[in-house]
Amino acid sequence: MIKTEDLCYTYGVGTPFERHALQNVNLEIPDGALTAIIGHTGSGKSTLIQHFNALIKPTSGRVLIDGADINASGAELKRARRAVGLVFQYPEHQLFEETVYRDIAFGPRNMGLNDEEIDSRVRNAAHLVGLGEKYLERSPFELSGGEKRRAAIAGVLAMEPKALILDEPTAGLDPKGRDDILSIIKKLHEENRDMIILFVSHSMEDVAKTAENVIVMNEGRVEFEGTVETVFSNAERLRKIGLDAPQMTLLADAMRGAGFALPDNIYTVEGAADAIARIFGGGGDV
Amino acid sequence: MFRDIIIGRYIPGASALHRIDPTVKIVFTILYVAALFMIDNPVSYLIFTAYTAALVIMSNVPIRVILKGIRPMLWIFIFTAVLNVFMTPGEALWSLPIFSFTLKITKEGAAAGAEITIRLLYLLIGTSLLTLTTSPLQLTDGLEKLLSPLGKIKVPSQEIAMMMTIAIRFIPTLAEETDKIMKAQTARGADFETGNIIKRAKAMVPLLVPLFVSAFRRADDLATAMEARCYTGGTKRTRMKESRFTRLDAAACVIFTVACVLLFAAEYLIQI
Amino acid sequence: MIETQNLSFAYRADDGARENVLKEVNLKIEKGSFVAVLGRNGSGKSTLAKHFNAILLPSGGKVYVNGMDTADADNTFRIRRAAGMVFQNPDNQMVAAAVEDEVAFAPENLGVEPKEIRRRVDECLKAVGMTEYAAAEPSKLSGGQKQRVAIAAVLAMNSEILVLDEPTAMLDPKGRREVIETLKRLNREKGITVALITHFMDEAAEAERVIVMDEGKVVLDGAPKNVFRETEKLKSLGLDAPQITLLASELAKRGVEIDKRVITVEECLAELLKKAGERGL
Repeated sequence: MIKTEDLCYTYGVGTPFERHALQNVNLEIPDGALTAIIGHTGSGKSTLIQHFNALIKPTSGRVLIDGADINASGAELKRARRAVGLVFQYPEHQLFEETVYRDIAFGPRNMGLNDEEIDSRVRNAAHLVGLGEKYLERSPFELSGGEKRRAAIAGVLAMEPKALILDEPTAGLDPKGRDDILSIIKKLHEENRDMIILFVSHSMEDVAKTAENVIVMNEGRVEFEGTVETVFSNAERLRKIGLDAPQMTLLADAMRGAGFALPDNIYTVEGAADAIARIFGGGGDV
Repeated sequence: MFRDIIIGRYIPGASALHRIDPTVKIVFTILYVAALFMIDNPVSYLIFTAYTAALVIMSNVPIRVILKGIRPMLWIFIFTAVLNVFMTPGEALWSLPIFSFTLKITKEGAAAGAEITIRLLYLLIGTSLLTLTTSPLQLTDGLEKLLSPLGKIKVPSQEIAMMMTIAIRFIPTLAEETDKIMKAQTARGADFETGNIIKRAKAMVPLLVPLFVSAFRRADDLATAMEARCYTGGTKRTRMKESRFTRLDAAACVIFTVACVLLFAAEYLIQI
Repeated sequence: MIETQNLSFAYRADDGARENVLKEVNLKIEKGSFVAVLGRNGSGKSTLAKHFNAILLPSGGKVYVNGMDTADADNTFRIRRAAGMVFQNPDNQMVAAAVEDEVAFAPENLGVEPKEIRRRVDECLKAVGMTEYAAAEPSKLSGGQKQRVAIAAVLAMNSEILVLDEPTAMLDPKGRREVIETLKRLNREKGITVALITHFMDEAAEAERVIVMDEGKVVLDGAPKNVFRETEKLKSLGLDAPQITLLASELAKRGVEIDKRVITVEECLAELLKKAGERGL
């Protein structure tokens, strides 16, 4: 479980550039959660997730990873760090080894594992992101954009974290590349029921399609949070802070306004198609 | 830490120092540095200090920014000072015999240590003031004008100036990128902070390789973008902002000359 | 106007083999039009864009910009002036340390008179709504603002055509909207021809015409309505359709047939109301 208690973070304390990036953030993310974080650029999303890996320490308040405080040092800090795998924005920019295999092995090697264990983890992680054997001996710099990104994600997965956190994992990819990453996230969630998966996204459609819970950040605070259904049924509240609801939610709202009786949990294309078909006396689910 | 480095940073403003012609400023900076290394009389140092303080005040750059800029360089100051204090032979002020070797501080050493520290400090402040108050593009213009006589002997002065502007323009971008890659590799268990020199040098590989890859990618992108906007090197470029020699520049020249004369007087006429 | 005739292009691979990135592309982009070019990574869309600006020259066939052959070296600068190009990464295309100097860069390269440069810089910054940031440092701007400056920086050459290679790929939704709105306004008010390379379907949906590339060829070309209704084909090309269009085809599978050319919420609602009327609901 990841827990924050009154977490505050201020950039440039004591300078004229002082900026409150996070203010009194209280969150509890249980094991097995598949949660999306949404919010504008500058709403504090990136600052928040960097705390989960102790890359940034709170100005005040606490962050607990499975009970281990990131303010601690020594073994406790190490335990907190180990538990969380962080995939940065454009993670392919951090690839550096001669082969994909060695790049994925970088994390496990730093953990001091033996060669046999490293080998099995590398192969397993590559398999999880859909990179077959033939990729392992290639140079990471020869791969396509989407493949590079998957290799970089494998590098974090090979450390077998209990929580996987991804900062805008689909940024800059084409639709196919985007879908590949989202299905990896879904598959990981289904196959590792205890794993926390947390991802930051700007695409409401991706969030609607993939996540189970949503945390909405605004100006350094948690604006509200809940299941995908509850968050997206609050289109008005999202709009107030300048975020869009998924297009299907907007359509459902417009239809309700025109007198159609639709349930308020519509945010994906499939969900909308089922509900609308039901009104028209069609077959409903296909 | 990278964020604190002030050499090469520009803080927009409208102070007198900002408005002086960049060519004039560059020449003054060169003379400033030359003067700094020629003086060695306490009165000269006092005048120099007053002069530097006046420049800092005139620049309108917050003192805090300058102090923060000194911090990353602090260890270089300390290192050179210590080296001078202990290594200069002369009249011993204090000594400590260690086996066959005697560690001692000499009068000359203390003086040399103090002097070198002050020189380095003023060198840093003086040159930083140039970049803090001159935008990189103005800096290039200034350099280009200074170098233009060299154009006659086929030195590509415009290209050199352009290269420098771009280098300066990309410092913040690359500093930010370094920070990001460092964090990303730390999240993968990389350790940049502990171990002996060899271990630390090896630890830099996961940072340096991505940094170089990205720098090359950026260079390639930038070259294409410049080409797309008809950049062909120096020859027939014009400038939107034509610099003219203003009354302010004239005043600056006068003040600088007075400062030089004062320094000269202090250095050679006052004997202590 | 841009015209390509049997345009082919091959990169030379490391082993000396030639790899065809563009194969016999024939296109005509009319003056004043707003065209979106879609395609998965590696479909050749960026390579195509670089031919519009004489950054790349054809291996086979011809490209004409305003009637000028790009292969003729004498035309290069006139072409680059006529067809300005904006790139994906806003940080990597900025030369100057102040917004107005960035916009002045191209006219300075062209040897324009200082007074005229000043006039163009002011006008172009106004055209993209960045006047108040004239003295700002580019690194202090948001992604959307940076790209608007990049647009102004090519408009300062008096370009009639804007070619944009995935200008929104690295932006957040707000920045994307800023850029698209700016492009639409420039197209509408100043008659600037826009060729927008993108992989965001919702952006392409706002164009007058969508060209879909795959494996170096044009595979679909037409009004957004007609291109996006091909949801299955787009899927097979590694692309997507706008959500509303996808909904129309999902509804068809469930026995509710509405016009598959719908793209916006309003259009879809109108169709559904019509359907409800027919069925007496």
